[in-house]
Amino acid sequence: MWVSKLRYETVIGLEVHVELKTKAKLWCGCSTQFGTEPNTQVCPVCLGLPGGLPLLNKKAVEFALTTGLALNCVLADHCRFDRKHYFYPDLPKGYQITQFYQPIGREGWLEVEFADGPRRVRIKEIHLEEEAGRTYHLPSGPDGVASSLLDYNRSGIPLLEIVTAPELSSPAEARIFLEELKAVLECLEVSDAKMEEGSFRCDANLSVRRPGEKLGKRVELKNLNSFRAIEAGLVYEEKRQRELLAQGEPLPYEEVRTWDEEKGITVYMREKEQAADYRYFPEPEIPPFAIAGEWVETLRTNLPELPLEKRRRYREEYRLSATDAALLSRRKAEANFFEATLQKYQGSAQTVANWILGELTRLMKEEKAEVTNLQFSAEDFAALLQLQDQKVISSKIAKAVLEEMFRTGTKPAVIIEERGWQQITDPNIIKTLVRETVVANPAAVQDYLGGKQKAFAFFAGDVMRKSKGRVNPELLNEILQAELERHRSVGNSGYQSDRQ
Amino acid sequence: MNVGALRKALDRREISAVELATYYLDRIAQLDPQLKAFITVPRAEVLQMAAAADRRIATQEDVTALTGIPVAIKDNICTEGIRTTCASRLLADFYPIYDATVVAKLKQAGAVLLGKTNLDEFAMGSTTKESFYGLTRNPWDRQRVAGGSSGGSAVAVAAGMAPLALGSDTGGSIRQPAAFCGVWGLKPTYGRVSRYGLVPYAPSFDQIGPMARSGWDLFLLFRGIAGYDPLDPTSLPASVEAEGDLSGSIRGLRVGLPREFFGAGLDGRIKERVLAVAKVLAEAGCELMELSLPSMAYALPAYYLLAYAEASSSMARYDGVRYGIREGAEQGIVGMMTATRQSLGLEVKRRILLGTYFLSADCYEECYQQAQKVRTWMKQDFAAAYSRCDLLLTPTTAAPAFRIEGEAEDEPVLALTEQYTVAANLTGNPALSFPCGWINHLPVGAQLMGPAGTDELLLRVAAVYTENAPGEAVPERTARDVGEQIEV
Repeated sequence: MWVSKLRYETVIGLEVHVELKTKAKLWCGCSTQFGTEPNTQVCPVCLGLPGGLPLLNKKAVEFALTTGLALNCVLADHCRFDRKHYFYPDLPKGYQITQFYQPIGREGWLEVEFADGPRRVRIKEIHLEEEAGRTYHLPSGPDGVASSLLDYNRSGIPLLEIVTAPELSSPAEARIFLEELKAVLECLEVSDAKMEEGSFRCDANLSVRRPGEKLGKRVELKNLNSFRAIEAGLVYEEKRQRELLAQGEPLPYEEVRTWDEEKGITVYMREKEQAADYRYFPEPEIPPFAIAGEWVETLRTNLPELPLEKRRRYREEYRLSATDAALLSRRKAEANFFEATLQKYQGSAQTVANWILGELTRLMKEEKAEVTNLQFSAEDFAALLQLQDQKVISSKIAKAVLEEMFRTGTKPAVIIEERGWQQITDPNIIKTLVRETVVANPAAVQDYLGGKQKAFAFFAGDVMRKSKGRVNPELLNEILQAELERHRSVGNSGYQSDRQ
Repeated sequence: MNVGALRKALDRREISAVELATYYLDRIAQLDPQLKAFITVPRAEVLQMAAAADRRIATQEDVTALTGIPVAIKDNICTEGIRTTCASRLLADFYPIYDATVVAKLKQAGAVLLGKTNLDEFAMGSTTKESFYGLTRNPWDRQRVAGGSSGGSAVAVAAGMAPLALGSDTGGSIRQPAAFCGVWGLKPTYGRVSRYGLVPYAPSFDQIGPMARSGWDLFLLFRGIAGYDPLDPTSLPASVEAEGDLSGSIRGLRVGLPREFFGAGLDGRIKERVLAVAKVLAEAGCELMELSLPSMAYALPAYYLLAYAEASSSMARYDGVRYGIREGAEQGIVGMMTATRQSLGLEVKRRILLGTYFLSADCYEECYQQAQKVRTWMKQDFAAAYSRCDLLLTPTTAAPAFRIEGEAEDEPVLALTEQYTVAANLTGNPALSFPCGWINHLPVGAQLMGPAGTDELLLRVAAVYTENAPGEAVPERTARDVGEQIEV
């Protein structure tokens, strides 16, 4: 059934779990590396063995504080932890160490550019906690019977939970917010923020209401494992709830639903616990400690330019297109390379952006390289673009030179010199080349004179082929045109007689 | 023989570490079937450690005060590859993959780990009756309790089955059995001995400490285990004196006698013995003063509330998934966890249930937070007392060891055994129990408490008392031997 969008408001709030990319886990020295053999990065502490004690990794606190600063949070003056109790096999101690009574940051916001303009989305709180292990349920385990396997490599990896206020008004806004948040985290270098590796996860709460009414009953959506899934799941749930409301059947209770990627629907999981009693109490084994003001100030001073500021600067200062500004600012290493190139380059910023986002990105993808470990410097890159601008080489040759730089790290001028790739700009040489092809292809001349533009392209292509692309294209066009037109004015007889 | 004499005998090669270990193993074999102080005695490993100690002594390389000296370890302290049961059926097959820091330190010093001693299950109790492996008996009267929860360690030392032992103290679990069994027991300042590898009961109270037959022996073991440990987040950075002794004047020290520790419920004979200690100290130049600690009125309820709350949390990890016994595996995850936890004893279950209730949302503010306020008040109350005096002298227990059957079946009597000891755990301050006489054939313990970091001072004062005490008051200088009681 058709439901007017105007009659309902959608309210979405997000809970984002971000794995912080510290080298060691939150309470022990075990590695946090992803994708290793199960249960190879464990010790008495992260296995929850009796007698193991948690030793706080200060780097994780630093990452949490940095994120809090970037999200404009009011930071706690003390770092404290609490225990949250529940039983699950992948939770080795029977409780999770988290920050319940005093989250490390609260009352923040993140400015996001939505379709209808920029807006601040309020962040209710951010808090530091530990990851649980992972459970794999097998329908048929080692003995052929259904079984569950546990991997504790993830157990104890620092996790930052970021909770937004219910202020997002559509699935698209939810996605845009999350993309901005991911970009911020990447820019701060506090997390890999990879949804596919589970280092960036999101649960979404969605409810609908008529404008002006109080918040409706909400549904918590789980299993949203990609940006696409988040948007699709929310779109489905939004439609489902609107239809229920339109039928006069608002949700009877709050529930948890899971997104079924294959079927494209949300499926009922359970009623939201009335009020699960997690029996929170202050963690007795980790003494609270004061967060020094100087520490916070140092972190504040070292905050990088955030993606939104950078995007705005790229648009306003460098006049980049909105898309390119967005793409470049999202990738910190590329953005740095972009700015380093601009330092040495006199041409337009858009040219640099085009080359980085186009040819360079293509090469890096093909060779699985990163901009941080290129064989050549931003200065070399600027020199290449400069040579192209000065018409020493054509854009086509420039691409070949870049490939060579990419492979060997040789300076562009050296490559061009060694290969003899300088552009041919001597009109006499070009004229000779043009004449050769014109004389050899009288039929095509007739075609051209008969008005077929394709014939012109044929001659131009032929010259380019024979010169290996080195002829300056503008000069070639000019000279070729003049030559062909000369045939028109000379008259057709000579050639016709030749043909007969 | 005390540890100092054993040291000399070892260094002069009058006896080898293997011979010494064998002596204690034989003594255990002889006495322990009746006393049940030990849960595990890994004879082969003990002799291996002793042989290694002999090699160290032979080459004179890296010989410490403890090289070749046997030490019994309470069975809630993790020992790599040696079963650590916590006196629970649930951990009947738990072989830790690592050593507790104290164990690692003792091994490094060349001490010989003699075995794992009995306790109340997960250290929850004050009798050592609540053990899956059988109750420990008081060597001075086998119809009486050893006290607890470090009853196994106390009995091992008292009956001469080990010269030294480690206990753990959450509410008095070292001092009370020490008093009941006539030995010395120190609950160190919270943080001076690493808790890494101590199976937690109530981690903000738990502290490992030494038990021995004399102040000097206790001091040696304390020096062997104390010190900053980066693996324990609550470890104190304070260093430990590597040298030094317990001599020196105690003249001018102000010793407080807090009224609340000498009131109703205290056995008059114990009061008499402790006041006799005060007299000896006064003669040695100490200044005695009476004072009051009003916060003591709430000490026991606050202790139970907080300790049980923490206990319910500490115990949450025993789910049968990773270690220990597993039961009901065919009943799914919840069924398995439920069935596995059924194997815990009644006292442990009682504390888990109460603690769970204290932490529940309905009760948290009324119970847990109020108790925390009492704890804060007690710290202030005791700090104020320590601004007027240097240390406090009290009885360790209100009565001597009670009968195994009957007497202490009900809560109030059990609670009385803890009323003088919990304050040190609530405040984190050190407390020492040392023998100060007898009631008929049963030992009596006196307790010294001081502000944080005064562990050595307490030992020094008790040592001065012992030197100057009438011979009859000190077990190590009496002709009495627990063997007499046992062989009767």
